[in-house]
Amino acid sequence: MDYVQNFPCISIMLCLFAGIISSGLRDKTAMWINAALLTVNTVLSAYTLLYTLTIKEPFVYVMGKFPAPWGNEIRAGVLEALMALFFCVIMLLSLFGGRHKLLEEVEEDKTYLYYVLTDLLLSSLLALVYTNDMFTAYVFVEINTIAACGLIMIRQNGRTIEAAVRYMIMSLLGSGMLLLGLCMLYDLTGHLLMSNIKESVALLAANEQYGIPLIVSIVLMSVGLCIKSALFPFHAWLPDAYGYSTVSSAAMLSALVSKGYIFLLIKIIYRVIGFNVYHDTRIIDVLFLFGLMGMIFGSLSAIKESDVRRMIAFSSVAQIGYIYMGFGMGTEAGMIASVFHILSHAATKSLLFIAAIGLTDVSGGSRRLVELTGSGYRNKWAGITFTVGSLSMVGVPLFSGFISKLLFAQAAVQNHTKMLPALIVLGVSTILNAIYFMKTVIRIYTPLGETAYTSVTFKAMPVYAVVLIAFIIMNIILGISSQPIVDMIQQGLATFA
Amino acid sequence: MSKLKPQKEYEKTYAFRFFRWLSGSKDPYLGEVEMQVQKETVLPQETIIERMREAQMRRDKVYDKELNKAARIFHKIYVTMAVLFCIALVGVLLMTVSYLPPGGNPDNPVNNTVSERYIEHGLQETGALNIVSGMILTYRAFDTFGETNVLFIATCCVMILLMVDDAILKKQAVMNDRRFEPKNDAILQGTAFVLCPIIFIFGIYIILNGHLSPGGGFSGGAIIGAGLILYVSAFGFRKTQRFFDEHVYKIAKITALCMYGLIGTYFYMTGANGIENHIPLGIPGHILSSGIILPINICVGLEVACTMYAFYALFRRGGL
Repeated sequence: MDYVQNFPCISIMLCLFAGIISSGLRDKTAMWINAALLTVNTVLSAYTLLYTLTIKEPFVYVMGKFPAPWGNEIRAGVLEALMALFFCVIMLLSLFGGRHKLLEEVEEDKTYLYYVLTDLLLSSLLALVYTNDMFTAYVFVEINTIAACGLIMIRQNGRTIEAAVRYMIMSLLGSGMLLLGLCMLYDLTGHLLMSNIKESVALLAANEQYGIPLIVSIVLMSVGLCIKSALFPFHAWLPDAYGYSTVSSAAMLSALVSKGYIFLLIKIIYRVIGFNVYHDTRIIDVLFLFGLMGMIFGSLSAIKESDVRRMIAFSSVAQIGYIYMGFGMGTEAGMIASVFHILSHAATKSLLFIAAIGLTDVSGGSRRLVELTGSGYRNKWAGITFTVGSLSMVGVPLFSGFISKLLFAQAAVQNHTKMLPALIVLGVSTILNAIYFMKTVIRIYTPLGETAYTSVTFKAMPVYAVVLIAFIIMNIILGISSQPIVDMIQQGLATFA
Repeated sequence: MSKLKPQKEYEKTYAFRFFRWLSGSKDPYLGEVEMQVQKETVLPQETIIERMREAQMRRDKVYDKELNKAARIFHKIYVTMAVLFCIALVGVLLMTVSYLPPGGNPDNPVNNTVSERYIEHGLQETGALNIVSGMILTYRAFDTFGETNVLFIATCCVMILLMVDDAILKKQAVMNDRRFEPKNDAILQGTAFVLCPIIFIFGIYIILNGHLSPGGGFSGGAIIGAGLILYVSAFGFRKTQRFFDEHVYKIAKITALCMYGLIGTYFYMTGANGIENHIPLGIPGHILSSGIILPINICVGLEVACTMYAFYALFRRGGL
């Protein structure tokens, strides 16, 4: 066995250790430990990705002495390593981009707890990505939920506490449904390991045994994860949670936490239930419908919003709708488009949150769109970055959003029954996206009177500016050289089944 | 664009009059209207406050169910729909239960090779008489480490919410604590004096015998935590802080979790890489046996006891 195969396990354990040790340290040390952890994990994930690309097949790592159905197991393939790499990079950028706001908004004595939470959040995300065992997934879903609640409420004002309570109730409902579905599935198959469950489920489906409980358990797990990832009718917790928490939290919640659950759902579809069985249950059509509704209604809510942070948050609802629409196509092309959109949306949404904070900072701290007039001149870096993010969200070529929209459209064309609704809604949603994003971009570049502006210089915020540049570069890389990444996703999904 | 007609001639045409009317510079009834840039009105502070109060009152009226009929109807529909949805969900789940495999049937899918190996080979492979301990701490050690971290992160979140760091507020919290909780209650103190040592010893016994008899880190830790809470209720925080303050709490928590993590990592890495594991299994039934289960049980017990006590102290007065 190659030494590289230890890396997934090492990175998960490192996160947990870093979290535990940080809980006894002060703010500065905790921050550096966190930064070092994220850097090390990025390197480890990149190495794992290279390794899986060279050996061309996923590897299984037994956590302990006992092999598969008895002990715990984790599994790493191209897709898992790619996701892990992406999550680490985005978390690193989000944390550094929002650090100055974190110091302002969080009580000084509690800042170290923020880093404890992020360390554990990363561990849970990595575990969700790498796990090959449903119960391990559930345990880390719990850690993920509690950490996300903490990240929302660490900025203590009334709205965040309310948002955190709302998030907790909805999210625990989702966890409960996941657990119920998991229990039923265990009762039907007698296994917790993903590949064994899949074999048993295929056998049950072939013999048409236990049809009703199987469908109910699939529905419970799917709906649970949909609630947790804020699919359209279950998105009530989202705008407050993303809109009022401190900016790093908002960026991480929208870019990583909901994506972790979506990735788990992909794992369930491919590795636990099996794509064909899942497809035959028709739940996929419900996901498709909800996705389409989310694309329209999320954008409409965003257009009505006058608060820039909440507007970006509502845009997340629409983008999550895109991802579920891709699932709902029921084809491999749709799934590839969805996975690419997970990456593209994660990169763009965290960029938008971080850039928006620079714009609101130079507008007297007000987040209302009216007050943002001309802020693109007052903070040039944030203005340019926000524009890049908006163009990417709308789907202008060169940026990552274009590629995901192209992939969605291609996937829609291949599916004859769902082509028409998918294409129409895609078009309408793109126009709605353009309405609210371009409205904001025009507003931040509308001069306010004749006065000359003093822009924030690079020296005043070096870390922030570097983070913004890194975000732009990442977005453009995703947009220009998308083909290798799409190939990787394709290869990963092929070995997933 | 150049003009085809001179200005004077143009002013006589209908088009000129139409556009003049359209732009609002001359009104047929009012005559010449002078266009002015609208001045921005500056409101005095009192007016703003007055208006905000009015808006708030209006908002209260809108959301007041007594006054607003639509809100009342909406509330009724909301409650009815919620109840109906819950009943439907309960119905579906109950119906599903009747389709599940019947309990206690030997042919059930649950009774497969997995549980067979746990039951038949558990003793040789883990060295633990208590199969449950052997299963959760050896076969599935990674899950249990995750569960322990759930407790840890839950305390972190409660700390974010309730921990009082400000010096003045801290003093106030201590004062309030003295006011609301009975001090020096003779019966409580007498009972605690007798019970606390017994509870502690019982908890330690359960932790140390986790691999031999029912129990283990989670249950034993909960018992020790309950003992600590009883001690605090009877004797107050000052006496407790002589042996268990924030410093000790942090050290105990971090040591316990790190020890568990290190043992776990050693176990995973050696197992996965096929290297020989140097932790001896011992003779089943002895107190020093069953490999990694005993030290992990001790760590889990410490962490659970700390968590229980921390929850109580944080909820009671916002500090340890």
